[in-house]
Amino acid sequence: MTALVGTAMTGGYGGADILKGCTISVESGEIAVIVGPNGAGKSTAMKAMFGMLDLRVGSVLLNGEDITSLPPQHRVQRGMGFVPQTQNVFTSMTVEENLEMGGFIRGDDFSDTIEEIYNLFPVLREKRAQPAGELSGGQRQQVAVGRALMTQPKVLMLDEPTAGVSPIVMDELFDRIIDVARTGIAILMVEQNAKQALAIADRGYVLVQGENRYTDSGAALLANPDVRRAFLGG
Amino acid sequence: MEAVLNALVLIGNYIVVPGLAYGSQLALGALGVTMIYAVLRFSNFGHGEIMSFGTMLVILATFALQDFGLSISPLPTALLALPVGIAGAIGLCLLLDRYVYKFYRQQRASPVIYLIVSIGTMFIIGGLIRFIIGPKDRNFADGERFIMKASAFKANTGLAEGLAIKTSQGVTVLTAFIVVGVVFWFLNYTRTGKSMRAFSDNEDLALLSGIDPDRVVRITWIITAVLATIAGTLYGLDKSYKPLVYMHLLLPIFAAAIVGGVGNPLGAIAGGFVIAFSELAITFAYKKVAAYLIGDGVLGDGLLQLLSTDYKFAVSFMILVIVLLVKPTGIFSGKTL
Repeated sequence: MTALVGTAMTGGYGGADILKGCTISVESGEIAVIVGPNGAGKSTAMKAMFGMLDLRVGSVLLNGEDITSLPPQHRVQRGMGFVPQTQNVFTSMTVEENLEMGGFIRGDDFSDTIEEIYNLFPVLREKRAQPAGELSGGQRQQVAVGRALMTQPKVLMLDEPTAGVSPIVMDELFDRIIDVARTGIAILMVEQNAKQALAIADRGYVLVQGENRYTDSGAALLANPDVRRAFLGG
Repeated sequence: MEAVLNALVLIGNYIVVPGLAYGSQLALGALGVTMIYAVLRFSNFGHGEIMSFGTMLVILATFALQDFGLSISPLPTALLALPVGIAGAIGLCLLLDRYVYKFYRQQRASPVIYLIVSIGTMFIIGGLIRFIIGPKDRNFADGERFIMKASAFKANTGLAEGLAIKTSQGVTVLTAFIVVGVVFWFLNYTRTGKSMRAFSDNEDLALLSGIDPDRVVRITWIITAVLATIAGTLYGLDKSYKPLVYMHLLLPIFAAAIVGGVGNPLGAIAGGFVIAFSELAITFAYKKVAAYLIGDGVLGDGLLQLLSTDYKFAVSFMILVIVLLVKPTGIFSGKTL
């Protein structure tokens, strides 16, 4: 079953529609990537799927359940994790406290989940007692992803996880994201670094002006000469 | 040698001991101001009156206990009455939040509006206090007055100068130490305390993590009310209780919070002591100290007092201005818990 699917999503922040009937879905254990030019509505599409934007038309299904009218907090409880692009960690709190806050809504003992996250991101174990604000950009993103994983989500959404990090760190982050997907979590992300992101994507969406322009496997999109010329810089 | 000791005892008696007590009181007050700022993002000008309100209830309860003949001598009865004042102050804060501040939160009002609203609450609580207990001076300290009397110190050491420690001073420092310890433990080691810090650090991410903002706000008010009542009662025991004086206390308390870095609890404590010691050190007459150290009358007949005690608030203002000019974020660069 499709883990998360937004069908014919139409809507915007008041005013004109930013999304015009765009459809995006992701399967468990898969990585889906949304790419496209600036202002194409990539982040907006993802925010709509997380409930941060009211849809005029269209629906969002999580494991077959209609969640279109749920607020973001309730979607978190249903198994969605979201990593915002900026301000995605508690800078004054330690790495471990960030993870604890990620698991805040869980009533049970989550120390084993923290352990799993440390196994996934070994550098975080090293820096567990350090304030997240003192970490490098790449490490900070790992804290942000780790925080979102604390609720053991079925779907993890990442808004430009590699924005502003060096190419080496970007590769490392993508490796970590593949590791996360291998644990059976569906991953949906928006990326500026389209080529590198499509290279690890099972499924890619090229959005233009709030509509689906191309939808295919990541490899097929990379091989498509039209996509290469128009969106990947040749 | 003995002259130096005498000078040190003088300074200990008139600056160090009272400074520790006054600093503790300011620190507890500033901690409340800083907590509200860190979580609710506004400067609460009503804080002095919340202190005053809680203290007033403690005084009324103390009088009632005294009438029943209850006492915990040598400790002041007010300590026994403290829970009454704390409960009342918590009630007041929660009511104010429910019927005043919540409205502005929902409006997403700007900090300036909050600030003006808090001045409004200051006048309302102040009026209420004057209705209930009146504007007069009240002395409610009882029990043993001194832990160490100046005369006993003189007799034991053979020095010409005496060092006195009042019970209220000892109680103040000890209580402040315990309360601050508990607050820091709460913020750093409990789930609720951490959620408050998270909320203060990044509100959106806290909401995303499922932290209930109403609960955080409620707990912040409760802690603030507890701190305010304890600070007010300790100040009242040490000096005396007078509504106008408590209203004026707002200035050194705000100065302490800002000097330390508003929003930073550690800064509030440090700021409290900085303000208290500067106030005492600048308004102290050093004539006798100078007489011991360099001889009587060498520096002339003056009192060697930098500022008259009437101007003690000017000291808070001066430090405030200097800090805002030199390091506007305060010593500890505050903003979050």
